Amino acid sequence: MTSRNTLVLGDPQPERGGAVELRTDPALPPVGLRERGRWTPLKIALWVAVAVLGGIGWSIIGLVRGDEVNALWFVVAAVCTYLIAYRFYSKFIERTVVRPDDRRATPAEVQNNGKDFEPTDRRVLFGHHFAAIAGAGPLVGPVLAAQMGYLPGTLWIVVGVVIAGAVQDYLVLFFSMRRGGRSLGQMAREELGVIGGTAALVATMVIMVIIIAVLALIVVNALAESPWGIFSIALTIPIALFMGVYLRFLRPGKVTEVSLIGMVLLILAIVAGGWVSETEWGAAAFTLDKVTIAWALIAYGFLASVLPVWLLLAPRDYLSTFMKIGTILLLAVGIVIVQPVVQMPAFTEFAFTGQGPVFAGALFPFLFITIACGALSGFHALISSGTTPKLIQKESQTRIIGYGGMLMESFVAVMALVAAITLDKSLYFAMNASAALTGGTAETAAQYVTSLGATGGDGVTADALNQAAADVGEESLVSRTGGAPTLAVGMANILDQIWAGSGLKAFWYHFAIMFEALFILTTVDAGTRVARFMLSDTLGNVDRRFRNPSWRPGAWIASIIVVAAWGGVLLMGVTDPLGGINTLFPLFGIANQLLAAVALSVCVAILCKKGLARWAWIPGVPLAIDAVVTLTASAQKIFSPVPALGYWAQNATYSQALAAGETSLGAATTVTAMEAVVRNTAIQGTLSILFAGLVIIVIATAVVVSIRSIRSGSASDNEEEAVPSRIFAPRSLVASKRERELEAQWAATPGAPSAIGGAHGNRHGSGH
Amino acid sequence: MTATAMLARSARAVRWYVREVMGDAKYERYVRHLQAAHPGAPVPTEREFWRQHYAEQEASPGTRCC
Repeated sequence: MTSRNTLVLGDPQPERGGAVELRTDPALPPVGLRERGRWTPLKIALWVAVAVLGGIGWSIIGLVRGDEVNALWFVVAAVCTYLIAYRFYSKFIERTVVRPDDRRATPAEVQNNGKDFEPTDRRVLFGHHFAAIAGAGPLVGPVLAAQMGYLPGTLWIVVGVVIAGAVQDYLVLFFSMRRGGRSLGQMAREELGVIGGTAALVATMVIMVIIIAVLALIVVNALAESPWGIFSIALTIPIALFMGVYLRFLRPGKVTEVSLIGMVLLILAIVAGGWVSETEWGAAAFTLDKVTIAWALIAYGFLASVLPVWLLLAPRDYLSTFMKIGTILLLAVGIVIVQPVVQMPAFTEFAFTGQGPVFAGALFPFLFITIACGALSGFHALISSGTTPKLIQKESQTRIIGYGGMLMESFVAVMALVAAITLDKSLYFAMNASAALTGGTAETAAQYVTSLGATGGDGVTADALNQAAADVGEESLVSRTGGAPTLAVGMANILDQIWAGSGLKAFWYHFAIMFEALFILTTVDAGTRVARFMLSDTLGNVDRRFRNPSWRPGAWIASIIVVAAWGGVLLMGVTDPLGGINTLFPLFGIANQLLAAVALSVCVAILCKKGLARWAWIPGVPLAIDAVVTLTASAQKIFSPVPALGYWAQNATYSQALAAGETSLGAATTVTAMEAVVRNTAIQGTLSILFAGLVIIVIATAVVVSIRSIRSGSASDNEEEAVPSRIFAPRSLVASKRERELEAQWAATPGAPSAIGGAHGNRHGSGH
Repeated sequence: MTATAMLARSARAVRWYVREVMGDAKYERYVRHLQAAHPGAPVPTEREFWRQHYAEQEASPGTRCC
């Protein structure tokens, strides 16, 4: 039994309407409070109202046809669903499987060193955790998925987060916290054994490479042929360097101050970009093609990986956090004020035919693959294990931070979807179909969109496309694939209407592009660095010197290998005759969902080992959905005879054409281009096989481990020894009345440790 | 509570939150931690603390999400 984990005998549960105080030391006030509310008529009425409002929202989204749907209903339906899921489902998970015990000290309290282990105020940690998990994925995925109409995407973003994404984040956070903040890789090795653990490690490294490459590809597509974008993004590097120097030599620790300065400089950079792009020399100097930008990003990634953190990476991260939270708030306010009208239908034909121009494949499984991060993101498991669990004050706070944090992320995805579906349909398809389809010019793109019929909004003229581009200060918007430009146009539309007639649309477009590029570049440089460390660690088995992170040649060699790996995939995507994003984005989604399968497998195995097998369906159902989705998508990518869908079918088509002596096929108009298609599809096909193989290995080992522990009946797990807690903090963002009373009691107890930072007397911020 | 008092209180709360989330308060918290947990231990200056902080970040990078 897990008796060693129980500090005080029993597990007292409060009665309805009552509370139980949890104590570890008679000399100290209670270290935890378990409250159980009573269902008062007012509370019941409130929750019924939330449910009804959410129901109205969903009915309007799902059932109303042919009328103009106000996008605000998407926000209402999503928020009401989140509230109900948080109140009821996450509570259920807490009570059945998580069972937090606030008498146990968290790793932050036990190993408090004032740095990476440090009890951090829950509201602050919520902000940190959200800033770490929110990235470009949930912004881009829903935009691409909009080609199937608004309903499938909205449903999966909201339902998926409730049953899968937030559950994964919550459980991984809690399990890692109980294990001293161990990383996902370490937990996989401990819980799944050597084979499962190694598969998980390989998966993590390959996924990092794919994710960095695809994100970089999105930036390249957003900046290509855009002198305005290139100029302002390029300026972020000197701005970051300036901030780094300022923080190191002028005013150490003044992070907010320097971020505000950086922010002002950033806005100036965007404005200046507009001026520069209008001059002849500016347009000439800053209009770069995709290949040049890709090489610049590769060089940047390498530099960021070997330069000191304080000089480039840390200040960039501050800037990115600032922009992230600010812009998301701005967009939320914009949607509420402007209340844009939805242009996309609930479903388009592409949901069923699988022949969508943005990416190939039918609703199942490719909707799930494409949305990925907004509903279930395996990458979050890397944040939920390792960083955040070392900072939690109390065990019961994992619910708001893990589950609640992911609900916020899903909300960002809903807003991104709203920005995309309120865009003119014809513009959406002209922007998101690859140049292979649109032909790349406004005239040919207009013809292409018109050929889509009603789905494409009943046609468009070349002039209208040119006007749309001119409105946002761009030369052209045709085939600006990758989702970022589409989101930027959508955001510009919404923000421009807040101050109608201000003529700031081009500014907002470039503001949004800047915001996304900052996000992505932060992930690119941080990711390159993390992957470099993982690689060094592995290379350390061959040559011990690699283990030493300050051994410069080792850092250089590992950085070059990592950058070459993602740089190669990036260049492949940039030069791909068939489009790039439409072929690579599914790999990105599959990789991300694979990592989620690893995380959920670990959760299932842990529950079975803890003797909680009857609740194993809580992570088990999302794991099953994820496995079916990932494996079906992989199978289609590997075995489908349709060239647009199957990598190997495409490969065979082009190989045969080459063998037959043909010199052009489809979008590949030269022999070199045809050879590129053969090479790219071979690499993509091989990666698909690798991913599918890894998923099968990880899930199989998890099943074996789980069955073995259910059969043997002996509960065992790898949790750390329980240590009695000596601090108190409220469970959720807002403290209850009794929790405030306890906080006051702690403050009044002489010599009692403070819940924040391990020092007494820090009361500001608490108790409002 | 008067309106100005409430306004002042909200402003304090916002300032507290921004300083905590961005990291301005990191050094103060560290010093308080040292005084509470290791009384008598040498307290680094703010400059030294941040140099040390970035050196540690250099050795164990944190990841950012996609």
